[in-house]
Amino acid sequence: MDFILDNLLTLILFSPLFGMAVVMLMPGDEKKLIRWTALLFSLVPLALSLLLWFEYDIGVPGYQFEHQVVWYAPIGATFYLGADGISVSMVLLTTILSPLAILASFGIKDRVKMYMALFLVLEMGMLGVFLSLDLVIFFLFWEVGLVPMYFLINQWGSANRKYASLKFIIYTVAGSLGLLLAIQVMGLSAGTFSIPELATAWPAITTGVLGIPLGTVKTISFWAFCVAFAIKVPIWPFHTWLPDAHTEAPTAGSMILAGVLLKLGAYGFIRLVLPLFPQQAHDAAWILGLLAVISAIVGAFAAYGQTDFKRLIAYSSVNHMGFVVLGIAVAARAGGSTDPRWAESSIIALNGAVLQMFNHGLSAAALFFLVGVIYERTHTRDLTKLGGLWTIMPAYGGILIFCAMASVGLPGLNGFVSEFMVVRGSWHVYSIYTALTMIGLLLTGAYLLKALKLVLHGSLNLEWKSVPEISVRERLVVYPLMALMLSIGLWPRWVVEVINATVTRLVG
Amino acid sequence: MDRELLNLLPILVPIPPLAAFFLIVLFTNRVRWLSHTIAVLATIISLGFGVVLLVNGLSMGAHDLAHHPIGNTIEWLPIDGFSNWLQMGAMTDPLTMGMLFFVPTAIFCIIFYSIGYMGYGTEHEDRDYSRFFAFLSLFAAGMFTLVVADNLLLLFVGWEVMGLCSYLLIGFWYDKNYDDPDKTTPRQAAVKAFITTRIGDVIMLLGIAYLYTQTGTLSFAAILRDEQVLHQLATTLVPGMGISIAGLIGLLLFAGTVGKSAQFPLHVWLPDAMEGPTPVSAMIHSAAMVSAGVYMIVRMFPLLSAGWEHGGPPTAPMVAMGLIGAFTALFASTIALAQNDVKRVLAYSTIAQLGYMVAALGIGAYIAAAFHLITHAFFKALLFLGSGSIIHGMEHGAHHANDHHTDAQDMLNMGGLRTKMPWTFWTFLIGGLALSGLPLVTAGFWSKDEILAESFYAMTHGAGGLAPLGAWVFILLAVSAALTAFYTMRQIGLIFWGKPRTKLSKHAHESSWTMILPLVILAFFAITAGWMGIPDDFMGLELGEINFFHHFAGASLVVHPEGITFNWIPLLTSVFVVLLGLGGGYLIYWKEPVKAGEPDPLVKPLGRLYTVLHNKYYFDEFYQAAFVEPTKWVAAKVVYEWMDRGIIDGILHFVGRTTGGIATYVRLFDVHVINGGVDWLKDRFLDGAREFRTIQAGKIQEYMWLSLLIGCAFAYLLIFVLSR
Repeated sequence: MDFILDNLLTLILFSPLFGMAVVMLMPGDEKKLIRWTALLFSLVPLALSLLLWFEYDIGVPGYQFEHQVVWYAPIGATFYLGADGISVSMVLLTTILSPLAILASFGIKDRVKMYMALFLVLEMGMLGVFLSLDLVIFFLFWEVGLVPMYFLINQWGSANRKYASLKFIIYTVAGSLGLLLAIQVMGLSAGTFSIPELATAWPAITTGVLGIPLGTVKTISFWAFCVAFAIKVPIWPFHTWLPDAHTEAPTAGSMILAGVLLKLGAYGFIRLVLPLFPQQAHDAAWILGLLAVISAIVGAFAAYGQTDFKRLIAYSSVNHMGFVVLGIAVAARAGGSTDPRWAESSIIALNGAVLQMFNHGLSAAALFFLVGVIYERTHTRDLTKLGGLWTIMPAYGGILIFCAMASVGLPGLNGFVSEFMVVRGSWHVYSIYTALTMIGLLLTGAYLLKALKLVLHGSLNLEWKSVPEISVRERLVVYPLMALMLSIGLWPRWVVEVINATVTRLVG
Repeated sequence: MDRELLNLLPILVPIPPLAAFFLIVLFTNRVRWLSHTIAVLATIISLGFGVVLLVNGLSMGAHDLAHHPIGNTIEWLPIDGFSNWLQMGAMTDPLTMGMLFFVPTAIFCIIFYSIGYMGYGTEHEDRDYSRFFAFLSLFAAGMFTLVVADNLLLLFVGWEVMGLCSYLLIGFWYDKNYDDPDKTTPRQAAVKAFITTRIGDVIMLLGIAYLYTQTGTLSFAAILRDEQVLHQLATTLVPGMGISIAGLIGLLLFAGTVGKSAQFPLHVWLPDAMEGPTPVSAMIHSAAMVSAGVYMIVRMFPLLSAGWEHGGPPTAPMVAMGLIGAFTALFASTIALAQNDVKRVLAYSTIAQLGYMVAALGIGAYIAAAFHLITHAFFKALLFLGSGSIIHGMEHGAHHANDHHTDAQDMLNMGGLRTKMPWTFWTFLIGGLALSGLPLVTAGFWSKDEILAESFYAMTHGAGGLAPLGAWVFILLAVSAALTAFYTMRQIGLIFWGKPRTKLSKHAHESSWTMILPLVILAFFAITAGWMGIPDDFMGLELGEINFFHHFAGASLVVHPEGITFNWIPLLTSVFVVLLGLGGGYLIYWKEPVKAGEPDPLVKPLGRLYTVLHNKYYFDEFYQAAFVEPTKWVAAKVVYEWMDRGIIDGILHFVGRTTGGIATYVRLFDVHVINGGVDWLKDRFLDGAREFRTIQAGKIQEYMWLSLLIGCAFAYLLIFVLSR
């Protein structure tokens, strides 16, 4: 037990990799065995991160379970892991969604071995980003997550997958280039890549690098970070890769894309941009906030304009992540303010943003999965061809309405709590922005009800009259998500306490 | 009862129906009798809790109860720092007490009635019978939550849960289609209800956030009973807006009521909500949903009126409430004149009656508004359930006559039902007269009269803007009262009087006892509920402290509202307009009942105006053209096709193509210039390539490994080179 606790983060991080190795060793035609092995191995990090969740002490400031070994001495990069309340909650989200996504992929029949192996690598990449405390390995894991997702879309996606996967990778790599450059510059000038050290050293640096004046260096690296993370979130106008990638990816790929990968961008803002560039973030917060509002509104409009079920849900991510970024913008603007009301607002807004990341992970994953359930049965995502499915799939209808309502932000379910916190926090700092996002919130209802109406209501298209009800395996994927949505809606304290402790120390 | 135990009771009130919802959905949805039994039992238990609270509250006395409401709070959400919690809890104060009496009673009647209405044990038993009771239970849980909430956030939870339930229940017959493509289907009505009320909700959410920011709490007791907080909010101005903070918060919150309680201009969803099964209409129109909107502003009245002194100039939210409420009352009453659907008439009458309550709050008549909320809930539930019984009877007639094209809800197809359905007739008559406010006998009279008296007082005694506001409210409500009495007589005349005009009404018959019993219970309250609010000095008599409701509910406010002195003018006005309306209706619709094939007698005298009223002033068409269609167009064309696909992706593709183009030229340069000089290298390379070809077996996993390796090497190189 001591061994596990001492190396907890390392174990969480590499257990999926071990699972991948085992899967790779299996004969490729033992599909059933491979599926179950992959599922089993994805449960290991879940168990470990539950342990992490309960062992994590909210009373202790800073990072916990730190683990640092020299990794590449000449450049001063270390293999440095650590967790605080924000990363712990994101790790939990990742390890919850991964087994569910693997379970959701049991319907995959083509090259199962490769598929599952990629999935486990993907999980490792995402966990690595959330656990890294060193910029070099942060970047490394950032890229590691990219490759499997590219292949998942490119190989197991639907009709337009080549275009979508290329767009996805080009967009993200374009952001990564700047990120890499900025990381180099920072490491060079501060002499370390360790994030906790940089957080104190980097903002205090007084001389420029390589003859470039300090102001320019900081501004360039700030914007390089921002663009990279903005693409990942995504924030308008960097979002057009998302509807294509989400729509063309296989069901489980969309679940992870929306559920976790988008959070990497927001996580980057919170973990790196806010502590490393407090001044620049403060000055540019209004731009970030404005783009967040535009994302929330434009995402909702675009979702409402869809007739493709999956694309509609994809755009809902743009809409929901707008709230996350708005919360971050408020924290950037008002964090550390001496005015108590501003300081309080920044904490509440950032608490809301992190909780919204968690909540959106649950509801978006559930909704993408439910789209997949329909697609598997009808082989269409065209809303105009569906309709009346509630008559033959009563349980599915109930589940879909439940998850849609979580996404709409119905009080009693999770989405409301985080949206309320963001609205409460941002109202005092950015009143106009907050008022404008209400348009997005209103339209959230409009597009989800549109989807419900076209899928469930109306008379049944007789083409689907023998479509089977949602199966036990499919229920097992979505029930845990629903339970979490309800539990956070009724008793948000269990998550928010962990987040709040860190956020309060971060921006308070 | 032990106080500790008693304090737990308020939060328990919503639990039984909530549990019933989950039980039915998860376990008993296939066992229909068990489903409805659970739903009915759950309401009875809640009602029992309510009664226990009522008894204990009464024994405590209003004053004590107001200062020490029964209830508990818990730390629900860490909001910032380590000690600042958002408290969540339930409580019962004198105002809640009034609600705890009528809400469960009405809901019990409605759920019990549904057993008959959804055709239990008959060939017409609904396909989703259990689901209906599950949704009704959740609806009840939402309303109970709202009633016992001790803070604005929990109130909002109940508020929105009801929004969901009304969506689900209005669209309960989700696959119903009509021959007429222009007719609103249940699913369209459901979406309309949800979205229209949500417009108010999102604005209200801003108000909640604003209030929270300013006071650091959402607890009713901490805000509404603390004069210092209220004073602070009322005297601080919003920067750059020339309105006090309390005023702006009040207006934002009131927007929620405009949506929820279907006030102009967000009234359009309520009439279409008739597409749901009739018990749902009763639920929405009486005990839950629309009552919630009025209850919220009654509850928040100390904030909405912060800075107002009795008889003094009204605050901004009060002006808004007075103007909108009174206008809505008159506006909706005129539309009701020209509706032929039995439920639509009632729907517009609900809008109008809610306007009464809102207007009453506008002129500061807090208690009158709460009083009318309660009496209205009884007689409107009665009327809706009655209309459900009528429709049921008519549908039976349709079945008997094998005629499924005649509209069973159109009053022109009815007539003469009083002999076919005597129980329904008498109870409906009681409800109708209560709605009209038949003097002295009915509950509606006492509450409506109090509103008129208060507005007359404001008109004659008000300072500043209160006098004109009082006049506006008094006159509009008086006219609307006359119209109400008139269209109620029209409705009862068309349905019950004269001779049957179609085969449907000819073969109609009385409904089952499960439907009649709730009608009788509600009819009882439609008369007696008014007795608790008879003014102490009615007609100048010294009656002692008989105005129980006033003294009890008034204790919820810090400053106990003064009762106004009796005045004959509003009383006589009230009696006069009611009798005028009833008399007019009698002359036109009862003396010479409409015969089969005849148009409505109003068509000719009203002419063009009748068409306008019949089409509800064309608001639906206007909203469709001004808001719905543009939104669809902006969403699909502007935002998606032009902005995302056109401009943003256009730029991307352009950059992609340009890069590709440049790459082609670079490659040409490579091929012709460089390659020519290094041909010998190529040969060596080809030798090597033969070796490497083995790895290009077209297997995706190998490609992947290769790319991963190359990617890592590339990254490594970059790191290494750049960090030197």
